[in-house]
Amino acid sequence: MGDFLGIIGVSITVSLAATAIAAAVSLPLGAALAVFSFRGRRALVILTNAFFGLPPVVVGLVLYLALSRSGPLGFLQLLYTPTAMVIAQAILAAPIMTALVHRASERAWARYGDELISDGASPVQAIPQILHIIRADLLTAVLAGFGRTISEVGAVILVGGNIRGLTRTMTTAIALQTSQGELSLALSLGAVLIGISISISATVFALAGGVRTAGSDET
Amino acid sequence: MIEIRSVLALMVAAIALHSGPAVAESIVLASTTSVENSGLLASILPQFTAKTGITVHVVAQGTGKALDTARRGDADILLVHDPEAETQFMDEGHGRTRRQIAWNDFVIVGPAADPAQVRDGKDSVVALEAIASARAPFVSRGDNSGTHATELRLWKIAGHTPNATSEKWYRDIGGGMGQALNAASAMDAYTLTDRGTWLSFNNKASLVIAVEGDPRLVNRYDVIELDPQKHADAKLGLAKALADWLVSPEGQQAIGAYQVNGEKLFNPSADAPK
Repeated sequence: MGDFLGIIGVSITVSLAATAIAAAVSLPLGAALAVFSFRGRRALVILTNAFFGLPPVVVGLVLYLALSRSGPLGFLQLLYTPTAMVIAQAILAAPIMTALVHRASERAWARYGDELISDGASPVQAIPQILHIIRADLLTAVLAGFGRTISEVGAVILVGGNIRGLTRTMTTAIALQTSQGELSLALSLGAVLIGISISISATVFALAGGVRTAGSDET
Repeated sequence: MIEIRSVLALMVAAIALHSGPAVAESIVLASTTSVENSGLLASILPQFTAKTGITVHVVAQGTGKALDTARRGDADILLVHDPEAETQFMDEGHGRTRRQIAWNDFVIVGPAADPAQVRDGKDSVVALEAIASARAPFVSRGDNSGTHATELRLWKIAGHTPNATSEKWYRDIGGGMGQALNAASAMDAYTLTDRGTWLSFNNKASLVIAVEGDPRLVNRYDVIELDPQKHADAKLGLAKALADWLVSPEGQQAIGAYQVNGEKLFNPSADAPK
């Protein structure tokens, strides 16, 4: 049972940390992609959308090679640690969050951009205002990113190593239980995982309360 | 915006949780899957940790992958079971000492209906030949593990190594022991498994032991300490403490005492290697 709670704890803290890091990058980046126009912007937008389908096992493999003691980042000694899992999951979640934030920012910018600029805001100053306008969409983006991280197994098993009590998450535990032929145990763990995803989503919505996007109210 | 800030605060707290103090003394043990999947390590390692204060982080992989992990410098110590691959590893200069800690055996398991009629045989090679000529489904690990290497050696003795692409009865699943047993029980196929994983496996369905007791099916587990010159970054002192404990009377006693359903899974053999 201690094991069980520990596994849930690792899953949740790793995924929340990864989501937070990805959000810190993706929210401003997604809005910036809407506000600034520059060469290659379109290509960047296409790329973030394409990375929705970034295969976790490939991210895991590349990160594994980089973090290995004989790899370029080996001196950090991060392989087989929760930190390595956080990095992998943040990489997986960031494109999804960036693309969703960009999509919403683009709409808000089209509608309110001129107004913000004539109020004297520079494009950089406009970014937080845009994010404020689309705050309901931010929840969706953050939850989508969190969903990607908590459900993922291919990357975390490679860079985390599924170490009992350290890097074993719900998904890697399910894989392990299945390989031990403990199918009903694996299935109940799966049910718990889904339950946790639902509760977190519900909690976030409860915290967000009546947040509405001005833009979405009117469209 | 306040509500979103509280969500973000929650996530930042999650990050903070990860930056707590690291475990003072810990080593990474790259092991074969069978010693982990069978529950052996979960049973004996807490005794070692209680005695020494050293935490052992087990990364369970096939033997081939485990040896590679150590070659890359990502493990401090090895627990593996493929004599030929281990010899190569030692010849390359990666290992300093290699000591046997326990043995058990491999068995060929298959559907109770026994389409290849190999049940109660004692000769694993004869059994594989019969499975091949009956074209009865056979699941191969195909993952470069110790068990896979043993299987390939048996086919070699039989004089015919099946080709997974042209011989459909031979199913190379490229997975761990548990995956192979799950596949075999779902497909009513034969497969080679170590006895430890087999005894602790809980989804046998119609599978039963078909062949056991062949001297060629002995399965030896070795602990390998790494070479200090090639692996200067590895925690060799802590690793040595674990290796020494595994072969000590206390460690050997712990290995021998581990049972599943009243059956002993591993026979300690540090004093009399098989």
